[in-house]
Amino acid sequence: MSVREISFLEALNEALRQEMERDPTVIVMGEDVGVYGGVFGVTKGLLEKFGFERVIDTPISEAGFIGAAVGAAATGLRPVVELMFVDFFGVSMDQIYNQAAKMRYMFGGKIKVPITIRTTIGGGLSAAAQHSQVLYSIFAHVPGLKVVVPSTPYDAKGLLISSIRDDNPVMFFEHKLLYPIKGPVPEEPYTIPLGKADVKREGSDVTVIGLALTVHQALEAANILAKEGISVEVVDPRTIVPFDKEAILKSVRKTGRVVIVDEDYDRCGFASWVAAIIADEALEYLNAPIKRITTPNVPIPFSPPLEKYILPSTEKIVRVVKALLGKR
Amino acid sequence: MSSLTRDLALWMYERMLLIRFYEKKVKELFAQGKIPGFVHLYVGEEAVAVGVAANLRKDDYITSTHRGHGHCIAKGCDVKLMMAEIMGKRSGLCKGKGGSMHIADFDVGMMGANGIVGGGAPHAVGAALSAKLRRTGQIAVAFFGDGGINQGVVLESLNLATIWKLPVVFVVEDNQYAISMRSLTPTELQPRVAASRGYAERASGFGIPAVTVDGQDVIAVYEVAREAVERARRGEGPTLIHAITYRFYGHFEGDPLVYRSRREEEEWRKRDPIVIYRNKLLEMRLASDDELKNIEDKAKKEIEDAVKFAEESPYPDPEEAFKDVFVEDYY
Repeated sequence: MSVREISFLEALNEALRQEMERDPTVIVMGEDVGVYGGVFGVTKGLLEKFGFERVIDTPISEAGFIGAAVGAAATGLRPVVELMFVDFFGVSMDQIYNQAAKMRYMFGGKIKVPITIRTTIGGGLSAAAQHSQVLYSIFAHVPGLKVVVPSTPYDAKGLLISSIRDDNPVMFFEHKLLYPIKGPVPEEPYTIPLGKADVKREGSDVTVIGLALTVHQALEAANILAKEGISVEVVDPRTIVPFDKEAILKSVRKTGRVVIVDEDYDRCGFASWVAAIIADEALEYLNAPIKRITTPNVPIPFSPPLEKYILPSTEKIVRVVKALLGKR
Repeated sequence: MSSLTRDLALWMYERMLLIRFYEKKVKELFAQGKIPGFVHLYVGEEAVAVGVAANLRKDDYITSTHRGHGHCIAKGCDVKLMMAEIMGKRSGLCKGKGGSMHIADFDVGMMGANGIVGGGAPHAVGAALSAKLRRTGQIAVAFFGDGGINQGVVLESLNLATIWKLPVVFVVEDNQYAISMRSLTPTELQPRVAASRGYAERASGFGIPAVTVDGQDVIAVYEVAREAVERARRGEGPTLIHAITYRFYGHFEGDPLVYRSRREEEEWRKRDPIVIYRNKLLEMRLASDDELKNIEDKAKKEIEDAVKFAEESPYPDPEEAFKDVFVEDYY
């Protein structure tokens, strides 16, 4: 019997519902998460099922409600907070990076802060400079935050359940363009360990590392390149913190070539960090320079052709891989 | 004054003294280079923390500020473990990883000093939310200053506590200076850091009942806090207490204090909360002079023992730096 297919968004909704059923300390908070069901619809139906006490619509007050969720997490609840767009982190960052991330450490390991902050990322909707960013690198830079970036409906559900059950603060990034994509998802609750990469496609000529939407672009590129006789291995780390370094190194040692595709800004970002790890630990296995496809350091432009021009894409991956193999 | 029993009255006196002696000792040890980092002393403000904490259960929550030693002692933290913590010792309350600005003890509901002005206020809101959902009857108190109340997150916290009708007491410790900035310049009487010093009025704007109290008078603080705590406990929502007080020393140890006059300091030292309270205890015949002296001696001894304990404690193993980032052994 084949597993039913549901969307990435439905998978997240199911994870939330099942965890709220399982654990009465799980609460959902955020802007428009209740009556409205979330601006993208991820929390739809939760209010009807779990009531106003556990599904809390908040004012547009990110610092206040994320801070409150931190306090609730430190005193016995397991809040799942929706930050509508990651771009809004600026108004609440102190509560994330100075408070949630550091409390356990500063207090000598005596408390747990089991908060999950779900947020949306990514361009491609002409949402312009303040609603299109990715920014996970900023959170990965700060000690004390786990950083989860799923790419498929299956991973989305298993990783969200793991994140909610995790006793640490977790930043959970949902790419807006992935919400409608469908894939097989088991109905029963399941977990995927944080810190375990997944090889989405095996190959032998080049490793392409991607996260969220860029995993799909890498898979499309791999299909196109296969027709030209190039075998691409696509590796999805799935989480930046913890990071499955061994899986990345294993693939790179096998293929001898690597392209890192990262929708976040180029400067001091995820792709650069992974490139540095590979350079440090697998340089002798490389047959070609490490390549990065990232978003250049410009604000995300509004006009569609401008936005398309700067974001990573299937075509860019195809072009870079071919160049790496000396093909045109 | 009916609810202030003799035991509680003497407990308050003891706590105020412990804070005073602790802070004086910290001042001395800091000058000797025995305490690393930054320290902010609570001397002069003792009546605020103690008058509020006298109304709290052990499992009630408080959130504190960078000037947090007084809140810790008032809430019942062990002064030995506190002293070891701010010396950076392994036996400290936080294994020496937090220090003065991040001292915490969840076992007595002390949710942490905070290095970010206003940063702890929403945690009190969250703790109150948590208590309400878990139906424990606990309440939460957020301490912050006249500096903190201008932070957006504090104002957001006032709003959230009101709309969710949470058992929170907000305490503005108005020591009149946000580092060097006085609310009103003495000569111009122009607002410098706040449009108004009417913090109680500001709370009213959020629909929060508020009261201004003499923060040098521990019984007055105790009385207004009692009402606020009872109101929270009854599920009637937040209250704000604006306590006017004065820090006898600088913002931090080493502050040159160029922004206020020695004369002003002398005037305020005449309103020492411990002297005021001692006289009151005698006047109210709640204790004899000998009894109070006995409490003073015991408190002094307790702080001396704390210093001895802290000085004799070893520093953490360097590898400790990599622990407690996450629950798992990972960083």
